[in-house]
Amino acid sequence: MQHYSGFGLLKHGLSHHENWQRMWRNPVPKAQYDVIIVGGGGHGLATAYYLAKVHGITNVAVVEKGWLGGGNTARNTTIVRSNYLWDEAAWLYEHAMKLWEGLSQDLNYNVMFSQRGVMNLGHTLQDMRDIHRRVNANRLNGIDGEVLDVKQIQEIVPHMDCSANRRYPVMGASWQPRAGVARHDAVAWGFARGADALGVDLLQQTEVTGFRISGGKVLGVETNRGFIGAKTVGCVAAGNSGVLAKMAGFKLPVESHPLQALVSEPMKPILDTVVMSNHVHGYVSQSDKGDLVIGAGIDGYNGYGQRGSYPTIEHTLQAIVELFPIFSRVRMNRQWGGIVDTTPDACPIISATPVGGLFFNCGWGTGGFKATPGSGHVFAATLAEGKAHPLAAPFTIDRFISGKLIDEHGAAGVAH
Amino acid sequence: MLHIYCPHCDEYREEEEFRPKGEAHIARPADPENTSDEDWGNYLFFRKNPRGLHHEQWFHSAGCRKFFNVTRDTVSYEILETYKPGQQPTVTAESRQAQASAQASNQGAAK
Ligand SMILES: Cc1cc2nc3c(=O)[nH]c(=O)nc-3n(C[C@H](O)[C@H](O)[C@H](O)COP(=O)(O)OP(=O)(O)OC[C@H]3O[C@@H](n4cnc5c(N)ncnc54)[C@H](O)[C@@H]3O)c2cc1C
Ligand SMILES: [Zn+2]
Repeated sequence: MQHYSGFGLLKHGLSHHENWQRMWRNPVPKAQYDVIIVGGGGHGLATAYYLAKVHGITNVAVVEKGWLGGGNTARNTTIVRSNYLWDEAAWLYEHAMKLWEGLSQDLNYNVMFSQRGVMNLGHTLQDMRDIHRRVNANRLNGIDGEVLDVKQIQEIVPHMDCSANRRYPVMGASWQPRAGVARHDAVAWGFARGADALGVDLLQQTEVTGFRISGGKVLGVETNRGFIGAKTVGCVAAGNSGVLAKMAGFKLPVESHPLQALVSEPMKPILDTVVMSNHVHGYVSQSDKGDLVIGAGIDGYNGYGQRGSYPTIEHTLQAIVELFPIFSRVRMNRQWGGIVDTTPDACPIISATPVGGLFFNCGWGTGGFKATPGSGHVFAATLAEGKAHPLAAPFTIDRFISGKLIDEHGAAGVAH
Repeated sequence: MLHIYCPHCDEYREEEEFRPKGEAHIARPADPENTSDEDWGNYLFFRKNPRGLHHEQWFHSAGCRKFFNVTRDTVSYEILETYKPGQQPTVTAESRQAQASAQASNQGAAK
């Protein structure tokens, strides 16, 4: 693998940038691997990378039906934060946050992680009570957090309308300074390049159509390019997880919904942090290119078509204009949808399954981008050891039988 | 925007008048006291979530405020039928498959 550096950039400049090496190979599938990862999004690629790097397991394939990072990884609004309420969730997301903080160096790839802070607004007394509770819980877990009053909010976001006579007045906010955004494609590409360099085969345009199972144990996957064997298979397929589980003969406590986002035309810098509101339900940040990145809630019905409904777009923009009347005439450039895998308690599933050797990492729903490195890290350990990493242990499928849910619904602020 | 036919109002109305309420035809265990944790968990949390035909409940929240059922394709979002609670769907994954294979064999015969 070619090391990226400032000097390298200069050197390649001399040859008009025509001699850059490809970032990864495009290999032919082998007959047998030690581990197969189904799904080449950020989480799957991170899993493969840490399997090779931390556990020395390099005979690994990532099987992706489309192109790398073309699922929710490429469709999300890139908010990264770790201020979750319950210990189990807070530890998992904070584990990811710590990895984010060194990720560009570790991967030798600029993932443009920008710790510009995330603000969760409160508009009612109950919102404010929940915010105080969550910030206190975060601080007890060693996670940074503050409660801001309206004056402090206005200093950080002067263009937001915080006047007291709004329909939904801003009463305060929680603020996590270490939170922020990252470049979604770069995260997928950085992990892919790192995994490939360590010997992982990245198999694109390869769709898993079934599992070969014998005596309750997995033997490999059937694909459009033939059978590929492995005694350990990890599925990281986000919105399509339920489809894969059905192929393996069991159900998941997961439902697939469309989630949309939109970006505006590029503008001069106006917003240098992330503002989220659970109550009016919308969130916005500004990308380095200058476009506003806007999102909100899922469409209520189940759906696998990667698009959403117009009423949702309308509600989203109503919320943004309520907060920022100054944005009312900004034109929107693009709108799209992804398929998110929601669980009843808004927490992921990182778990063994009824099939031996077959593991699932899914249910990240509307908010898994922030967890990408942490999810890959603990899932790699789970696959390597054959049993759950301590941080992953509470996130089994069984919790929906035992009742030990980790209810992050309201607590996590807006769900991204 | 979906156009949804409410079988109670006997009219097509816009999606915004309705709220989707998840999978239909889920029977509550008849004897909760003697239902195993596994069956109870399945009843509460595990759904079919199919990629394809889905029988689901909708609520006419800004209309008659009654529940009804919808058969909808979760990939194309096309609504194939709506029917009242207590009734059974006429379009199912099986009936669709049978129709498709009948069509295929008809075409075979014509050639
Ligand atoms: C509009 C939107 C906004 C979001 N905003 C945020 C946010 O601000 N912050 C945040 O933290 N999270 C956010 N999320 C959620 C986040 O995007 C996801 O939780 C996360 O990216 C999931 O990563 P993944 O790698 O598991 O999934 P994906 O990137 O979806 O990867 C799964 C891959 O599996 C592949 N696959 C599926 N079936 C098969 C098969 N049969 N065979 C082979 N391959 C298969 C797919 O092609 C896909 O590439 C958002 C999501 C959306 C849609
Ligand atoms: Zn009606």
